[in-house]
Amino acid sequence: METERPDRRAFLKKGAALAGGLTLGAAEPGAGQTAPTDPAQQAPAQQVPDHESPELVAYGVRSHRVTSVRIAHPPQGRPSPDEFGLIFHIATPLQDQMGAITPNSLHYIGTTRGSFVPDIDPKEHRLMIHGLVDRELIFTMDELKRFPSVTRPHFIECAGNRANRRMVTVQETHGMTSCAEWTGVLLRTLLEEAGVQPGGTWIVAEGVEEVKGASSLPIAKAMDDIIVAYGQNGEPLRPQNGFPLRLVVPGFEGILSVKWLRRIKVVDEFYMTYNDYGHLRQDADDAALSYQWGPKSVITFPSGGQQLTGTGFYEVRGLAWSGGGAVTRVEVSTDGGRSWKDAEIRGTPQRMAHTLFTFNWTWDGSPAELMSRCTDELGQVQPSRQQVREFWGVPEGQPFSVKGQDNSIQPWRVESDGSVHNAIA
Amino acid sequence: MRSLSVLSLVALLGGGPVLAQGPTYGLGRTPTPEEVRAWDISISPDGDELPLGRGTAVEGALVYRRSCARCHGAQGADGRAPRLVRTDRPREDPWDYGRILPIRSPYAPTVWDYINRGMPLNMEGTLTADEVYALTALLLYWNGIIAEDEVMDAQTLPAVQMPNRENWAPLPDWQPGTPRLPGYPY
Repeated sequence: METERPDRRAFLKKGAALAGGLTLGAAEPGAGQTAPTDPAQQAPAQQVPDHESPELVAYGVRSHRVTSVRIAHPPQGRPSPDEFGLIFHIATPLQDQMGAITPNSLHYIGTTRGSFVPDIDPKEHRLMIHGLVDRELIFTMDELKRFPSVTRPHFIECAGNRANRRMVTVQETHGMTSCAEWTGVLLRTLLEEAGVQPGGTWIVAEGVEEVKGASSLPIAKAMDDIIVAYGQNGEPLRPQNGFPLRLVVPGFEGILSVKWLRRIKVVDEFYMTYNDYGHLRQDADDAALSYQWGPKSVITFPSGGQQLTGTGFYEVRGLAWSGGGAVTRVEVSTDGGRSWKDAEIRGTPQRMAHTLFTFNWTWDGSPAELMSRCTDELGQVQPSRQQVREFWGVPEGQPFSVKGQDNSIQPWRVESDGSVHNAIA
Repeated sequence: MRSLSVLSLVALLGGGPVLAQGPTYGLGRTPTPEEVRAWDISISPDGDELPLGRGTAVEGALVYRRSCARCHGAQGADGRAPRLVRTDRPREDPWDYGRILPIRSPYAPTVWDYINRGMPLNMEGTLTADEVYALTALLLYWNGIIAEDEVMDAQTLPAVQMPNRENWAPLPDWQPGTPRLPGYPY
C-alpha cells in the first residue's frame, strides 16, 4: 500500500492510459516494479542516507521512502495549525496502517476549539484529586508510576469522525480514530486512595494547556475502566497526545479523554464545562448516541482513492471496534450489502480496541461494492446508512447527517478499471 | 477465612462505618488550600466556584474593545473568531441560532467559565474576575438576556434565566455493559 509518491503518480498516469474498457491484467507490473532481471546483474543496494549519524544511531526514523502522513480534518475544513497557530483536528492515515496499533507519530489529534501544545516538564507536573473525597491528594509523576499499573489497547475516536459522500479516502472518512497500547494507573485506584464520598456522582477532569480543557464524566465510568495514562505504545505519551499525563476513557467520545491532565475533582452534578457544553444535545436519543461509541468498522484496503493492480486475489483488510466492549463478529459484503460473509478476526479482540479483520477475495474485474459490518459483545450491530435513515424517519432522497456519533457502514465501490471510490449516496 | 470472620465480628459489634476505606498505597500528599484554590477553576452550573467580583455590560464594553474586538469584531459578529451574538432574525428555538455560547448554554456560569479559562487567545488567565463578570454581562446583554445595567456577580449570574435552561437533553445514565441506545437501530 505504501508507495513512494513519484512512483505512485507515474503509475496512476499509466493506469489512466490503460483505462477505457481495459482492465489491468494480472501480469501487468505493479507500482514501481521493473521487468525481472538476473539478480546477479543488479547493483548493490545504496546505503540509507545518514544511517551512521549519531542521531540515527541514537533514535531511529522511518525510511525516507515511506511518506504516509496525517492531514487536517475535515478536508477543505479548518487547517491545523490555523491562522491563530492552533492545532484543531488531524487525521490518521488508516489506509497505510499495518495492524491494529497506530504508530505514535501518526496518532490522530483532536482539540476542542483548537489548542496549542504545551511543553510540560514531567518533574514539575502534578495531578490533584479533590472535591467530594475523604483525602485530597496531589501526586508527582514518579508517585503515579509507583501505583499498580495497567497496559491495555484502546481506541480513541473524535465525535467529528463522520463520513460524507464528498470525502475520498478512508483517512478522510475515518481517520479521526487511532488505537494505542496505553500504560498508566486506573483512575479507580486513585479515587479509592482518595476515598469518594457519598454524593460524588461525577468527576471533572482538567488539563494544564492554555484553555485548561475540562470534561465531565459519570462516576460509574470513573470507577470502571478509565486509565490515567503516561505511556503510549512503549514510550511516554507524545506531547500532541497529552504528555506527560492524560485520561484514556475507553469507548467514549474522544473529547472526554482529557490531555495534559492535572486535576480531577469529584463533584455532585454534571458540570457542563468547557469540553461538555458544545456537545449538549436537544434530543435525548441524540444525546445517548453522542456518548458511547457504537460498533463500527471500515475496510482500509481496498479503500477510496486506491487502485487495484489487476484481477485475482486480494486480502481485504480493515479495522473493527466498539465502545460497548470487544468485537465478536465482522462480516464483509462485496455486492453492496446483498450478501454477507464472515471475515476473519485477527488475534483476540480486546475491549474498546481496534481489531484487525481480513477477508479473502478474488476480484473478477467486474464492478463491486465492498462493505464491512461489526457486531460487539453487547449484541449491538453496526447499522447501514439506510437503517439510520429509517430510524430517524429521514425521507428517501433527502441528504442527511447521521445523528449522534456516526458508526454507519462505509461502502467502497470498485470500478472495472480497478479504481476504488467512496460509495456513500 | 479467618480474616473474614474477624471482619464480620467487627461489623456486628461496632456501629461505626467499618467499611470506610483508608488509603491503600499511602502515595501522594495533601495539597495546601492555596494549591486547591489556584486550580479549582471549573465553574458548576450553580456557580459554586465563582469568585468574588462584579461587572455590568457597560463596563464590559470597555474591556471588549480593548481585549476582544480585534478578533471577534466590534459588535461580536464580524470578526475572524467565532460569532458571539445571535442573528437579528428572531428564532423560536434558541438552538437555531447555532453554537453561540451566550445564547445556547443553559446556564450563565458556563459563559463566565469559558471566558475565564479560554480568553483572550494567547493571553488566557490575564483577565481579572471583575473583567470576566463584565464581559459575561456584555454577551448576555447583546443576546437579549439581561439589561445593560444589570450587575453580574457570584449571586446574580447563576440566577440568570437562560433561554435554553429547560431545553436540553440530559445525558444517559451510563452503567458498564449498557448499549448506547437500546433498540438502535434494530
